[in-house]
Amino acid sequence: MVKNPQLAIDTRPWRDPTATPFVRLRNVTKKFGDIFAVSDVSLDIYKSELFCLLGGSGSGKSTLLRMLAGFEQPTAGTIEIDGQDMTHVPPYNRPVNMMFQSYALFPHMNVEQNIAYGLKRDGLPRAEIAERVAELLTLVKLQGYGARKPHQLSGGQRQRVALARALAKRPKLLLLDEPLGALDKKLREETQFELVKIQETLGVTFIVVTHDQEEAMSLATRIGVMDQGEIAMIGEPTDIYEFPNSKFVAGFIGSVNMVEGVVTEDEPGHIRIRSEELGCDIYVGHGVDCAPDQRLSWAIRPEKLALSRERPAGLFDANVTQGTVEEISYLGDVSVYQVLLASGKRLRVTQTNTMRGNPDAITWDEAVYLTWGDSAGSVLTV
Amino acid sequence: MSSHDTHHAPPPRPRVWSGVERALAAVGISGKALVIAAPAIWLTVFFLVPLAVVFGISLTIKQFGRPPYTPLLTNEEGTVQLTLHLNNYLRLFTDQLYVAAYLNSAKIAFISTVITLLIGYPMAYVIGRAPDQWRNILLMLVILPFWTSFLLRVYALSGFMRGNGVINQFLALFGIEPLVMMQTDFAVYVGIVYTYLPFMILPLYTNLVKLDGTLLEASADLGARPVRTFLSITLPLSMPGILAGSMLVFIPAIGEFVIPALLGGPGTLMIGRVLWDEFFANTNWPRAAAVAIAMLVVVVIPVMLLQRAQDAMRDKEQAS
Repeated sequence: MVKNPQLAIDTRPWRDPTATPFVRLRNVTKKFGDIFAVSDVSLDIYKSELFCLLGGSGSGKSTLLRMLAGFEQPTAGTIEIDGQDMTHVPPYNRPVNMMFQSYALFPHMNVEQNIAYGLKRDGLPRAEIAERVAELLTLVKLQGYGARKPHQLSGGQRQRVALARALAKRPKLLLLDEPLGALDKKLREETQFELVKIQETLGVTFIVVTHDQEEAMSLATRIGVMDQGEIAMIGEPTDIYEFPNSKFVAGFIGSVNMVEGVVTEDEPGHIRIRSEELGCDIYVGHGVDCAPDQRLSWAIRPEKLALSRERPAGLFDANVTQGTVEEISYLGDVSVYQVLLASGKRLRVTQTNTMRGNPDAITWDEAVYLTWGDSAGSVLTV
Repeated sequence: MSSHDTHHAPPPRPRVWSGVERALAAVGISGKALVIAAPAIWLTVFFLVPLAVVFGISLTIKQFGRPPYTPLLTNEEGTVQLTLHLNNYLRLFTDQLYVAAYLNSAKIAFISTVITLLIGYPMAYVIGRAPDQWRNILLMLVILPFWTSFLLRVYALSGFMRGNGVINQFLALFGIEPLVMMQTDFAVYVGIVYTYLPFMILPLYTNLVKLDGTLLEASADLGARPVRTFLSITLPLSMPGILAGSMLVFIPAIGEFVIPALLGGPGTLMIGRVLWDEFFANTNWPRAAAVAIAMLVVVVIPVMLLQRAQDAMRDKEQAS
């Protein structure tokens, strides 16, 4: 009998309406004085997820995490973890551990004592604690560092001690506050994959707070984008990037060209938008919830635009415009072109450098045509 | 054309002290040496020399005259003679009075230190954890008593504790017999704890205010209740502050004279009073000097040992 390997694609409980969420936030609000740090957030997170809360500073993502850990009490709403109401349970009684942004390693204890701290609080026998500590040191590849004090470790090593300490009690839910924030770029990329690997091996539910969209995109099963204390969008990384639900989300993740236009045709199968800024019509090959003559925004990613010297055929007399190359930044793998349109609007276009030192590449001050597919952009009404 | 290049360099700033500096340099003294010399000269003139004089006096014996002690050096017909008497020090060990006074001083200083620690720690903790706008006000309240003369504050305490003082008058309202507080060890403890409390609070505060709150959160997150967190995290991390505060209370308390003299009774035997009596009542300067030197040894040596131990601990931590 051949057992089908389980694909990650099959394990997306959030797509299954009958699945029970593991962490459930209902209408959670937190006020500091008159300021709403978090306002009316409802969120379901499923078992073994690696959920990223993404947002700028002051977006409320850290406050939300601190409420999950129990350091802050919600002003209103409930927090449920594994079916139990945790809203007013103190942090030391929650089946939750946190990895702090500053790591918060106890400076007067060595690595082993730091990792063992939570286990001692559980009153585990000494032999078992030693065994677990050794296991965790192996997991984070720090064998032989047990007797060192935190100040004798590098930033990356401290980060791994913090992770080991947070995992020691085998929490049902691990909260990570900017786990890679203090590491340099190269170390961050390595650690990122290690973190995902550990998460997948242990099957612990992770909630990660980050302001780094790349980090969120590569780590997360799902991302919750936060803005001004509210969740702006929840979705898988591809949804967030390709199908943003608002101008904020489109602008926050990656770079985007955004133009305004007026709906001229509103059919169930397509819509047409006339854009003065673009200097052409936009033909969108699917129905959109809008009205004729409505003003709305249309966003397209730089890599979804194609550059050419000859006028391309275009679609339904739309989706082709003209401009002049104003600026080129060569980034190695891609080049970013800045194209000035007749309206004065500038568009960013990225082209993959598939050929080495292409002599025929489009260059400065050339007149070019820009075109895109009928489903390449997103129509945004908010 | 180097002269052309230097043409644009700003002219050297006229320096007021350059004349003084040149003059000093002529005799081989640099400005740097002067800066270092200033505190060294100060310490020599006002600390080392007087200390040497006291030590010298402690090695003589009492005599009637002026000064009231035998000279160290005598010049008899051209031969200079150095006479050192060690009996003052021997008496410190043989005479029960001195031994008892030292032990009692140490006991009173130790108990006072423990009490100030027990009172001062929670206060320092609260001030250190208080919101910013409150912190300076609370610290101000701790320091405020210093603006009144020390003597005045001790007298005020006796106004509270004496037979018809404020406390007893208050107790009389409830028909409680007046308590005897003045001229007891209790009054001395009250006096020492009251006057030295800020010396305990301030170093503890500077330590506790730096305590990283996320460490306490991390401890709670790992399952430690508040008491456990205090014992495992806050207390060990505030040890340097506890030691510094305890030293600042213990050292002056052991040699305290004014408080036992004003508040204590005849039974309150403290080395500061013994010293005073030797000096002024018995006019035995050599004995008094020996008492002072011995006290210095008793106090300074433990402090030096403690400091050594602390430094060694830090070095070990950094070396490994």
